[in-house]
Amino acid sequence: MSTIIPIGPYHPLQEEPEFFRLHVEGEKVVHLDIELGYNHRGIEKLAESKSWDQVVFLVERICGICSTSHPAAAINCMEDLGAIVAPERAQYIRAIICELERIHSHLLWVGLAGHFLGYNTVWMWSWKYREIVCDVLEKVTGNRQSYAMFKAGGVRRDLDQDDIPWIMESMDKMKPVVDLFRGAVMDDPVLHARLKGVGCLSAEDAINYAVVGPTARASGIRIDVRKDDPYFAYPWVDFDIVVYEEGDVYSKAMCRIDELYQSVSIIEQCLKKMKPGPIDLNIKELPPGEGIGRAEAPRGEVFHYTLSDGSNFPARYKVRAPSYTNILSNEKAVIGETVADAALILAAVDPCYCCTERLTVIDEENNKSVLGQADLLKLSQAKTETLMKRLSL
Amino acid sequence: MSLKIQALTRSIWVYHLATGSCNNCDIEILDCITPRFDLERFGIQLVGSPCHADALLVTGNMTTKNIPRVKAVYEQVPKPNVIIAIGTCALDHGMFDGSYTSRVKVDDILPVDFYVPGCPPKPEGMIAAVAKLIAQLRQ
Ligand code: SF4
Repeated sequence: MSTIIPIGPYHPLQEEPEFFRLHVEGEKVVHLDIELGYNHRGIEKLAESKSWDQVVFLVERICGICSTSHPAAAINCMEDLGAIVAPERAQYIRAIICELERIHSHLLWVGLAGHFLGYNTVWMWSWKYREIVCDVLEKVTGNRQSYAMFKAGGVRRDLDQDDIPWIMESMDKMKPVVDLFRGAVMDDPVLHARLKGVGCLSAEDAINYAVVGPTARASGIRIDVRKDDPYFAYPWVDFDIVVYEEGDVYSKAMCRIDELYQSVSIIEQCLKKMKPGPIDLNIKELPPGEGIGRAEAPRGEVFHYTLSDGSNFPARYKVRAPSYTNILSNEKAVIGETVADAALILAAVDPCYCCTERLTVIDEENNKSVLGQADLLKLSQAKTETLMKRLSL
Repeated sequence: MSLKIQALTRSIWVYHLATGSCNNCDIEILDCITPRFDLERFGIQLVGSPCHADALLVTGNMTTKNIPRVKAVYEQVPKPNVIIAIGTCALDHGMFDGSYTSRVKVDDILPVDFYVPGCPPKPEGMIAAVAKLIAQLRQ
């Protein structure tokens, strides 16, 4: 007899409502159902009623954490359609904003992962250091989130040359922070016990489920749109693709942390190489035709497609976000694992972390609640505690 | 000041309800309780269950699929309570106005007491809203 644990659709900490049904037998997860659609806002249809300029603002609001990846893909798409090449300075500014976002997104993930394991200190720390990035973004773009910087043919605001030393300083402050988190994950025996060999996604499964981003790179697949299909200023800067082989939660965490170093170095290179110049081509019209745009979001590849009939509005707009495929891979990663690990694995692909606080366990036979809300979180945190004791820390 | 209001405004526990948002509002809410702003100093805490909540923070543009869930959550919140709509989406759908899934507004189905505009509102804005709310309730 299996018991069903519904997770979601509401959870108090953050991110979109999603609904998982875990079928468990004793401690083992035997099956997983995923139900999406609570957050469906009809964006593709809405895009057809917005002008090209407005589409950028609309796609920015698809996801708050990736609030620059979608506009990045959108303008790549429009520039592909109109065969536009934006000025060099604009390309550098775009890359800087994209990388700042990657840092803030990965730090956010590290924090929530820590919270989930019962290390609330990690959560508070990573969110504290995330403020450094938010400050830079606020100074450069005027907003902490939803930056509204991009437009087809350029950027909306220039980066003040006088701000550059200050941004450099902020980036210097980030390096010891990344060292700190890397050390914390590498040296902690409890984390090793909790994360290593848990929720493995083999390279083969990763390909079959078409996962992207750090989820794929942690399974040994070398994909990164920034290298494979370079856009913005990425061809002009030096960086590596971080790849780990094991595909477990530990690799996913390390992959994200190592990417922080790359992002900091990309920003520094861009700031050094940037020269004063025009930032916008003042594009007024886009020709009829089709265009595709790709961008590497913190979670993986974002893909946009558009069809234009030469009017002010797209005739068709299509968006493919990375989490969608990544979430489905949970099906492979979670089966056969224990309940205490399940929530962690679901979260390791970075879709939605704290679903689990809204959890009830229902006995399939008499439909009674056996596990209350937040119990899964407690289970996970308790497992860490037991491990700590066993390792006598 | 009645005992109920005194109890309600002393140390506000909030439950955060995302009804089809873009996450930004949700991140900024979480930001309020992390070290820079640290609302927990004032006893304001995020809770994991609506049954423990004094205030409901509603974000997002209320998609059709969410309506029954939101009603169910609201029923579990003990009364009296306060409902704060956070972000332009929760006020009037914002960018998503006209979408086929945005048929009702948050205040069509919940008795909203306070509105915090912004996309997303800054943590400072949310903190100001809570401070004003406490002052107003105590009057
Ligand atoms: S108001 Fe803006 S930031 Fe908040 S959920 Fe809506 S679109 Fe996102």
